[in-house]
Amino acid sequence: MYASLNEYLIISGLLFCIGFAGVILRKNIIVIFMCLELMLAAASLTLVAFTRFKPFQQEGATTTLPDYDGQMLVFFIITVAAAEVAVGLAIIVALYRSRQTIHTDDLDALKG
Amino acid sequence: MLSPIFYLFAAITLLGGIGVIAWKNPVSSALCMVASFVGIAGLFVGLNAYFVGVLQVLVYAGAIMVLFIFIIMLLDLKPSKYASFPPPTIAAAILIPLVIMFQLVVVISKTEAQPILINEASLKAAEKTELSLDPEAPNYIAKDSKIRKELSEGKLPDVHLIGNKLFTEFHFPLQVIGLLLLVATVGCIVLSRNTNSSQE
Repeated sequence: MYASLNEYLIISGLLFCIGFAGVILRKNIIVIFMCLELMLAAASLTLVAFTRFKPFQQEGATTTLPDYDGQMLVFFIITVAAAEVAVGLAIIVALYRSRQTIHTDDLDALKG
Repeated sequence: MLSPIFYLFAAITLLGGIGVIAWKNPVSSALCMVASFVGIAGLFVGLNAYFVGVLQVLVYAGAIMVLFIFIIMLLDLKPSKYASFPPPTIAAAILIPLVIMFQLVVVISKTEAQPILINEASLKAAEKTELSLDPEAPNYIAKDSKIRKELSEGKLPDVHLIGNKLFTEFHFPLQVIGLLLLVATVGCIVLSRNTNSSQE
């Protein structure tokens, strides 16, 4: 018995929802940032699942080399996420230096 | 991927994700996130994406998490003075993901997806049907290359196929990503410079 595409998509959707709930719920900026990473990882899981379950059909025969376009996209997502974390954490450190807090309820300079 | 192993890694992934938002201490959240990413890497390997799985462990569970824990350590966080979550926030955090999940389940319940097996025979067939010997074709692989050799032996040369794709079809995005990393590095240096001393 093998796992189907739908099972992977459900797991990925659940992980995305967990990350999304964390972004809404948590007040610590670092944890919010981690939840964003979870959502990115969920998107990567969807992409990889689709690369694996795309049949290649030619002259009636179905063969199954994975479709590497999706994995390229995951490769770029991981790179962009690394750059994003580096810049984001630098912003958080700068924020902490000027305001002495990373709690979102204390960061109300924009009166939002 | 066999179902029991799939459910094991899926459980690790989801429990890790829940741990990230459930624990109050950010260090516990970071460690739960490592567990979650290791679970995702296991799922990637189960999807025959070995290179991406290794990359996930190296980059996320290795480099990015060290960065997170380093910053948590650096910031010397005090316990929050806001004790609990306000009820509207909790309601939003439950309702909005539930709506998203409901949509997903409705769509998926209407789709039919056949599991596709990758085995020795299908890889041998893929070597003949999916790769081209015509140098002009986008899926051109040379006749005596390692990719064709391993495929005809029934193995999946994952890294070679990714490398071939990355440095032929995707070489311009690769350059752009390199530029992005350079910009991020410069941005980090600018942001973490001491602003008081730079104004003097």
